[in-house]
Formats: sequence, C-alpha cells, structure tokens
Amino acid sequence: MEGVEKGPVTEPELPPGRGELSAALTGYLRGTGPLPDDAAIADAAPFGDDLQLALYLCYELHYRGFAGVDAALEWDPELLRVRAALEQPFLAALRAEATRHEHADDALDELLVEPADGRGVTRFLRDEGELWQLREYVAQRSVYHLKEADPHAWVLPRLWGRAKAGMAAVEFDEFGAGRAERVHARLFADLMADLDLDPTYGRYLHESGAEALAVVNLMSLFGLHRALRGALVGHFAAVETTSSPGSRRLADAMRRTGAGPAAEHFYREHVEADAVHEQVVRREVVAGLLEEEPWLDRDIAFGVDATSCLEDRLADRLLGAWRDGESSLRASV
Amino acid sequence: MPDNPVERSRRIIARREGPLLVEGPVEVVLEDGTTVSSERFCVALCTCRRSRIFPWCDTSHRRHARAACPDADR
Repeated sequence: MEGVEKGPVTEPELPPGRGELSAALTGYLRGTGPLPDDAAIADAAPFGDDLQLALYLCYELHYRGFAGVDAALEWDPELLRVRAALEQPFLAALRAEATRHEHADDALDELLVEPADGRGVTRFLRDEGELWQLREYVAQRSVYHLKEADPHAWVLPRLWGRAKAGMAAVEFDEFGAGRAERVHARLFADLMADLDLDPTYGRYLHESGAEALAVVNLMSLFGLHRALRGALVGHFAAVETTSSPGSRRLADAMRRTGAGPAAEHFYREHVEADAVHEQVVRREVVAGLLEEEPWLDRDIAFGVDATSCLEDRLADRLLGAWRDGESSLRASV
Repeated sequence: MPDNPVERSRRIIARREGPLLVEGPVEVVLEDGTTVSSERFCVALCTCRRSRIFPWCDTSHRRHARAACPDADR
C-alpha cells in the first residue's frame, strides 16, 4: 500500500442543493445569489436533508472548502450569522431529543455494557451484510472518517492539564503518530479503494443522507464552539468507547465478504487502538476536564447522548432501507 | 525526574477491571516465545484473558447485558 497522496489535493465540488436553504447556500458560495432568510430556516426540519446540508456547507469552509469558492467566506459575517441561525434549531432539537443523563460517568458507563442479543448496523453487517451494503456503509461513513479526528483538534487550546495531554496523545495516534501512511483518514481511504469506492475527500457527500451528515455536523458544531467543549469531549469519549467492539464486527464483515486486506486492516487497527483510546479518554481527558471544570459534567453527558441519538438515527436509516431490500443512499455508488 | 523514558521508571496504570495501561513503545514476549511489539504511546494489555488479540485488550472484558436496548448497539 502506498503511503502518500497521489496527485495534488483538490477541494471537493459543491453538491446540488436539497431544498430552499441548501440551494440558497450553494448560490451564495458561488457568488450568484442571496443567503436564505430566517423564516425559511425556522420552517426547516432540524434533522432533515435541507438544513443538514446547509449546515454542512457552512462548516466545510473551516475544513477544506469547496472548488471555486472563495476561502475568505469562512469568516464572512453574514454567512456566520446564517450558520448560527441553522445551528440553533439543530442544537435545540438535540437537547430535547437526546438528553438522557446528567452525569458523564453514567452516560459512558451505559455504553460499556454490550447487549448480548443486540441488533444494529455492525451486527447486521457481520452476520448477513452483503458487499453492496458494506459499500453503502463505507460511502456514507467516508463523510465522517475522511475528517476523522480533525474537529477534535479544535478543542485542544480549550483544555489544559491532564485533559489536554490525554487529548493530544490520542489525536497524535489518530493522525498516524508522525507517519503519513498511518493517519487513520489515510487508512480509511485505502479501505475505500479495496471496496472499489473513490477515496477522494467529499466524493460521497451528495449520496449521503441527512442522518450521515448530522453525525459530521455534530462534531463540527461541538468542535467550533468553545462553549460546547464539554460536549465535544463527551462526543469523543462516546466514539472511542463504542468503536472497538463495533470495529471488530466490521473487520469480521470485511473478512467474510472478502472485501480486501486494507478494508479489514482499517477496522482491525481500530479494535486495538480504540481499546487504548477509550481508556485514555475516560481516565485522562474526561476525568481531567471534570477535575478542572466540574460544572461541565452535564455538557459531557449531553455530548455522549447526542452522539448516541444521531448514531441511532443513522442506524435506523440504514437498517430500515436494507430490510426492505432498498438502497440506503440518495444515489447509487 | 528525567523525561527520557529510558532513564525513568515506566508507568503502568492498573485497575481491578479492565486492561493494564503501559506507556509505549513495548515488546511483549508470549508463552510460545514469539515477540509482539507496539509503538503506540500507550498500550492496553489484556488481563481478563478473553481478548482475541491477546496480549492487547479488545474490550472483551466488558459486561454483557441480556436484554439491553437494541438502539444502544452500533
């Protein structure tokens, strides 16, 4: 496996809009039209395709931007005002729907119990997933994994002491510990190639449903706001806690379907790595942050709960479609 | 205390439940004489003996609930 990027890194293409908000956003980014008005934002479904894509477009300017879009728009005051207006209903819906715990430890302890008779996406893929379903899963997860650990880096200046040291150590590991060929986002790109998917950053944005975009928007929302640093840490802890057993099931799925060595390797690497990360995040990052800022306990719990809520929504979308023998994507890959 | 890991004691974090956390890099010699190594900043060594990737932890020590909420699984 080659460990270096092939060719120049290009910015992703702007996707087509999915409704009034996202269509207006793409027009504004191209410089051809006005931003959506507040009434249209207030009318949109918080977890729907239109609002989620509009929010994704705003956030992407902080990562790699889009081809043909002025990089300076990242700090355009009008665009930031609209972004805040889009974030408000998303965050309000999450607080209302997702919140189940008041304490970080309670929220995380619940994730440590493996359901013996559990159903769910990774169990489905391990036991009966077909190659086309694995490809659909990976295509939609690529929107997340090709940004893996990126928005979590934004929390580093907002932490100190044990929390900062622990977070930086795990991030270093996620970013390949100094080796480009081991960057987790790179390993995921190799996995995509095994599944005959295009590993270009942002390539499957258009095909991904609102549920897959919401998972990414959640970490961008938490990562970009210092006020939500507790939620970002909770989100990261939830991901690292659930990743190891889920990755084992996905590695088994990749082996059973003969997906390829890089496809299996990505998930095998995460079985071991995330068993370590879980411990470090729990003992150093979460415990360290609670020591420094005990009032963030409820926010950390919210970050865990919000992550579970949106992952469950994504699981419902995937399994619902597959049980009906249908594609879970908006367009085929 | 010097920062050079060679000159200071290696820290191992032990708890009754869960893996031993050892500052990396490490080499682990297994009973059949083979050696496995990890360059990770920290490794989690299995103590429950249930890991399928022994000596590394794979979270197999976790409790299993009989009838948990199916949504909790991903």
